[in-house]
Amino acid sequence: MSTPARTILRTESKLFLREPGSLFWIVAFPTLLVVILGSIPSFRDHSKDLGGARVIDLYIPISILLSAIMASIQSMPGVLAGYREQRVLRRVATTPARPAHLLAAQYVLHGAAVAMSAVLVLVVGRVVFDVRLPGSVGPYVLVLALALLACLAIGGVVGGLAPTARISSAIGTVVFFPMMFTAGLWAPVQTMPHGLRTVVELTPGGAAARGMDQAALGHWPAAQFLLVLVAWAVVAAGAAARYFRWE
Amino acid sequence: MNIIDVRGLRMTYGTKVAVDGIDLQVDEGEILGILGPNGAGKTTTVECIAGLRRPDAGSISVAGHDPYLERAAVTPIMGVQLQQAGLQGKLTVREALELYTSFYAHPRDGLELVERLALAESLDVRYAKLSGGQQQRLAIALALIGRPRIALLDELSTGLDPRSRRDVWDLVDEARAGGTTVILVTHLMEEAHKLCDRLALVDRGRITALDTPDGLVARSAAPTIMAFTPSRTVDNSVLWDLPGVTDVRRHGDRIELSGDDDSVHATLGWLARHDIRAGRLRVTESTLDDAYLDLTGEPVLTEEN
Repeated sequence: MSTPARTILRTESKLFLREPGSLFWIVAFPTLLVVILGSIPSFRDHSKDLGGARVIDLYIPISILLSAIMASIQSMPGVLAGYREQRVLRRVATTPARPAHLLAAQYVLHGAAVAMSAVLVLVVGRVVFDVRLPGSVGPYVLVLALALLACLAIGGVVGGLAPTARISSAIGTVVFFPMMFTAGLWAPVQTMPHGLRTVVELTPGGAAARGMDQAALGHWPAAQFLLVLVAWAVVAAGAAARYFRWE
Repeated sequence: MNIIDVRGLRMTYGTKVAVDGIDLQVDEGEILGILGPNGAGKTTTVECIAGLRRPDAGSISVAGHDPYLERAAVTPIMGVQLQQAGLQGKLTVREALELYTSFYAHPRDGLELVERLALAESLDVRYAKLSGGQQQRLAIALALIGRPRIALLDELSTGLDPRSRRDVWDLVDEARAGGTTVILVTHLMEEAHKLCDRLALVDRGRITALDTPDGLVARSAAPTIMAFTPSRTVDNSVLWDLPGVTDVRRHGDRIELSGDDDSVHATLGWLARHDIRAGRLRVTESTLDDAYLDLTGEPVLTEEN
């Protein structure tokens, strides 16, 4: 990595740590959700409807996806749009550093925060609520990584097109709820009626939730879920790169 | 040797022509001032030279490179202070200096720069909490921190108090002494006169005059200003008709005439013939302000506004 790219990453890390709101929602809140849901006794009972799983088991991947969606859709686009609005990108464009370094740093930092959050959710789930760690760690990480890429790319589209930070946060909120719904925050995908489930499994949230669930049980996730995630990531990343407005 | 060479520059935004055929050659080590009314195309010209915009027509060479296409060659030798640019809101002054220091191969000491610009006490203040003048001074420090061969400064001293303005002028003068070539967009005639080797007057996208500051003053149609308080009322129109007089203004009972040398003699002769005494008579050379007015037909911004 060139020196400017490195100092930009270091500087942006410091700035990221000065955003307690974002850090709370990305890193702390998903774990808090696990704790709240886990303290409801019935959610710790094995359920025949869920194939012997417990509600709390299903909410582990959902909470991790919540972190990814918070980071990608609620937090990052505002930073990107704000950097354009405040002419930070323009200022950096006149130096040997490149404005793309700033964007890259934001992707990396938000991705890292989600990774931390995922570890925290898994550890608290295991230690406090006896949720088994993923049976197939490799596939589990793969699905999560693809889901994160797809979400960040969608966030890149939002932040790239929204002219101001305020508009970006408005669009982000509109995109946030359907994404969280499809990830199963209100009702896990497995419990959705068949027709709805078929559609939801084509969304990044739905495909990721199902794929992670399968990997948690020790299986290889179905190819369909991986393909859906790859397709979303590729299309959204292409759109984010193609339509990003620097000014 | 022209370190900056602009030929036939044209820029349009939609149907509005912002720059309409500008040619500009700047010598190495020179300070060139760009003056002109708002919307004349000054900022667009500077942004094209900075490589932020691609011209619709014409060519720009900066140290032999195309600033838009050859970013990697141009950005290390150029320091830019733009009107429309900012920093991350939660970045402190110290962190901004460290960040920008890391961008350049042979940077200046950032702490010395902020000391000179009276920002040393704000080192740990975040950018968003700085006053407008402090943000402006920091922008200037960051433009000069890389010891640029070329500095582009767009409205260097806008929003600065007279004291900081002088600090900034000293820094620019010193950078030039160190070999930096400077393009300076300004509205302040004092600044233009004090700092610039040559001035380009830009109006409606074209350069209407290009000369040394003194050359511009001499070019003005009315190089002399004469002011007096007549001992009795004098009709403006009589004075207008005197040879060489180009303007007559009245401030209360005081009269101010613009004109050439002949106009002074003609006016004094006329007053004597009519037995009018010219009280508190002052004859002064016209200033760059007057030349600017004369050449663009625009009012001048003074330090107060």
